[in-house]
Amino acid sequence: MKYIKFLLAGILFGIVMTKAEIISWFRIYEMFRFESFHMYGVIGSTVILGVIMIQVMKRTQMKNISGGEINFKPKDKSIIRYLLGGTLFGLGWSLSGACPGPMFVLVGYGYLSILIVILGALLGTFTYGVLKDKLPH
Amino acid sequence: MEFLLQPWPWYVAGPIIAFVMFLLLYFGGRFGFSSNLRTMCTIAGAGKYADFFKFDWKSQRWNLVFVLGAILGGLIAAQFLMPQETLDLNPTTISALQELGFQDAGQQYLPNEIFGTTALSSTKGLFILIFGGFLVGFGTRYAGGCTSGHAISGLSNLQVPSLIAVIGFFIGGLIMTHLILPIIF
Repeated sequence: MKYIKFLLAGILFGIVMTKAEIISWFRIYEMFRFESFHMYGVIGSTVILGVIMIQVMKRTQMKNISGGEINFKPKDKSIIRYLLGGTLFGLGWSLSGACPGPMFVLVGYGYLSILIVILGALLGTFTYGVLKDKLPH
Repeated sequence: MEFLLQPWPWYVAGPIIAFVMFLLLYFGGRFGFSSNLRTMCTIAGAGKYADFFKFDWKSQRWNLVFVLGAILGGLIAAQFLMPQETLDLNPTTISALQELGFQDAGQQYLPNEIFGTTALSSTKGLFILIFGGFLVGFGTRYAGGCTSGHAISGLSNLQVPSLIAVIGFFIGGLIMTHLILPIIF
């Protein structure tokens, strides 16, 4: 039962990704051509609200549902891994039109060829895990 | 109800996504999708090949359930909330796509030229899908996050590493969209 709330949050996420067209390859292509405000509006308004929300949560020392600390894990300091890894992800995102959230929403939507992209993403994750110690971080 | 059936504008989507992030934090989780790919590799037995996959995946079950919900959300939206699927794309975008040979830009969510059965039955088409996915999987783990983990969660928490990652997302996205896609298609 403790998982049902995560299921409901996921359903809400899947519906909004679909209805706001964020799962569409075309919207990503249009974004990288700077020919629509839509995606910038989505990400920008989420981040602005997110910044305010997290500041409020931190300042009021809000606790999570089970009374514990809320998990704001800071990212490790580095430049190279974020820049290189980010660039590789950006290449893949704009080619396949799907980041790791939307690719699963698309499965539910019924575009089954996205399963090949997911298979590729699992292979990519596996390859990173194997090569991790040889890469600059 | 009529509003639910129309495409949702950005100022509806953004607050809902921020709310989803709030729910995940409040429920004791985090908003970040790409770590699920690592969890799935671990479940499939990748720990035999690299220590990176040796972790207690059961602690991440909540995130897998969130993924399952996202799949169901896509299914529910497709079944009940999508009377039509055409996108109101910028006409400049459509003509740019036509020049690349994309015939029905914006007529459905994904282009047939990449995701359709003809594309799937060619070596080139399969390679594009696998390679695109590969870059997403490899790049997100290398960068430690994707759009949800860095662009949304990380920037919301004012993390400089996430800003660097997002700059990377755009470097990659711009190179692909403006330089590589015109060569592939």
